[in-house]
Amino acid sequence: MTAVPHLQIKNLRAKIEDKEILKGLTLEIKGGEVHAIMGPNGTGKSTLASTLMGHPKYEVTEGEVILNGENLLEMEVDERARAGLFLAMQYPSEISGVTNSDFLRSAINARRGEGNEISLMKFIRELDKKMKTLEMDESFAHRYLNEGFSGGEKKRNEILQMMMLEPKICILDEIDSGLDIDALKVVANGVNEMRSPERGFLIITHYQRLLNYIKPDFVHVMMQGRIVKSGGPELAERLEAEGYDWIKEELGIVDETVNANV
Amino acid sequence: MSVDVQLRFDREAITEFSKANQEPAWFLEKRLAGLKAAGELPLPALEKTKIDNWNFDQYEPFVTSARVSAATELDDVVKAQIDANAVKSLIVQKNASPVFHAAADELKSKGVIFTDLATALREHGELVQQYLLNVVAYDEHKLTALHTALVNGGVFLYVPKNVELDVPLQAVFEVAGDNALLCPHVLIVAEANSKVTYVDTYVSGEGRNMVANSIVEVYVGPGASVQVASVRSLSKDVHDYTFRRATVDRDGKMEWILGEMNDGNTVANNTTILKGTASSAATKTVSVGTGDQRQNLTSQVQHIGTHSESDMVSKAVMTGEATTILNGITKIEKGAEKANGEQAENILMLSEKARGDANPILLIDEDDVKAGHAASVGRVSEESIYYLMSRGIDREEAERLIILGFLEPVVAEIPIDEVKNRLRQALERKLG
Repeated sequence: MTAVPHLQIKNLRAKIEDKEILKGLTLEIKGGEVHAIMGPNGTGKSTLASTLMGHPKYEVTEGEVILNGENLLEMEVDERARAGLFLAMQYPSEISGVTNSDFLRSAINARRGEGNEISLMKFIRELDKKMKTLEMDESFAHRYLNEGFSGGEKKRNEILQMMMLEPKICILDEIDSGLDIDALKVVANGVNEMRSPERGFLIITHYQRLLNYIKPDFVHVMMQGRIVKSGGPELAERLEAEGYDWIKEELGIVDETVNANV
Repeated sequence: MSVDVQLRFDREAITEFSKANQEPAWFLEKRLAGLKAAGELPLPALEKTKIDNWNFDQYEPFVTSARVSAATELDDVVKAQIDANAVKSLIVQKNASPVFHAAADELKSKGVIFTDLATALREHGELVQQYLLNVVAYDEHKLTALHTALVNGGVFLYVPKNVELDVPLQAVFEVAGDNALLCPHVLIVAEANSKVTYVDTYVSGEGRNMVANSIVEVYVGPGASVQVASVRSLSKDVHDYTFRRATVDRDGKMEWILGEMNDGNTVANNTTILKGTASSAATKTVSVGTGDQRQNLTSQVQHIGTHSESDMVSKAVMTGEATTILNGITKIEKGAEKANGEQAENILMLSEKARGDANPILLIDEDDVKAGHAASVGRVSEESIYYLMSRGIDREEAERLIILGFLEPVVAEIPIDEVKNRLRQALERKLG
């Protein structure tokens, strides 16, 4: 399992109901890399995340997504997860009656397969350690999954799951929204702890702020359902300082979605 | 209409059973009054459920079994409900016989009575007479009348003033064999400022055409606290009728935790009468409807005392072609100022052919009160399934987690681990 992960997204097109949102997106992520996708609201950033994970509402109409040589688009959602994909969601579901810790164990064991279940002691040890990193109270382990959690608690819980499941490719969908600066640092800390040559990251964000704490290797700007500009961390800084208008001008985009679908 | 000639019991059979158990004369009189009333009274009127064609009087009421000397000799279906090697306080009844009894030493030293009903009638007749069939009247309808005529066991639990018991007391009721009747009467009296938890389970062995008709009466004294947990896992060959009722005095607390896991037709009514000032009731029910069973499950609270509080939660999962009518009735009487009654009925539908009705009913005759209800009938959310699957859990397991999770907040409250585990197993079995 030491192979360096490799995610290839080629000319991906996807629609929700009859509206095309992704209009030919191409991106490549390898182990050890952190990619950030920025862009105005309504340009398809979250759709990209949901489409990669396989949300039933989104339909892929064209293109390819290959993870380590396997066609991700032919897999069910759970198969994608077991293949190493993880999505920290912007709006995670609340599941009553299922404790965080029972859920995590089920998820870990689903990945490990029958006969290879994690021992309870080891599980508890790992969980304790990771909850400490994320400064989560012990009681979270026994609370029902996301039920009654605040926005910030849900985000931490997403990162906790990511840390426990040790995926190959991590997508973080606006993990910074609704977080105050202290919580943001804690979450960033958890993510940074996971950076390794065996893991790639795709960080979707609206604000450059997060990228002060999680330094990206690549920054991409998404507009109108595709990546319109790519660069290094300096691109994020320029976006923060100058907004998106200069890119639109540079590329001659009259971007209706920016103002229309906030 | 007189008693139907087709019945397999009569005055003589009842009298004979009563004499064999050396029951006091007043109790035999009650039985015979019940028999007479059974021939005259109608069946209870139930919301959206007709039970005329169910079996309520075709059985052998007094099938007896031998007593066993150790818990390890009990039938397997019973042993599954207990920790047979560490039995402290346990009563087991099979059909018309008390077959096992153990009481922790602590009970005797604290003056607690925990015994089968027949023994209680012999040894504590006056105490029993003072309470028996006062909260539930023998002549409310045909089923209470039949019950009174044919009571073939039960439990008497008496907790004196200021006595608190930390360890739950347990009873297991088994019905087995063709045409058998299980007709227990459970009577719990908790005197002022006492505290007790009682847990019972109803199970069935092999047999066809069986019936259970039980009554539970609870007296919660001033400042007393009583918790009753009951899990019924009777087979589809049993028609089950149960009427549970508690009356709660000033500052008393009554809590019900109910697992309605029968496979057969079921009528269950659970009522708490909040008589005293600042008395309170909590009722939690879970049920899984399977096969083609019909269930009518009612949770009810009557507020009489001022500042009385109630909270009812009922959750049902519906599969197959089952029908469950889930009634919640909050009644606040005139004068029950500052009363607060909340109720919620939630049904999860897993099958197109099943039927689940949530009926919240608020009957309020006082202005200065709070009352609320919430009812829902829904399906497993695709968004929730997606979320669990996105962590690597397959669809089937994701659904299972969500369904069990829906019921878990009630299941988690069951106070005895064996019973809780059995309930979880019953859930898994019923949810296939």
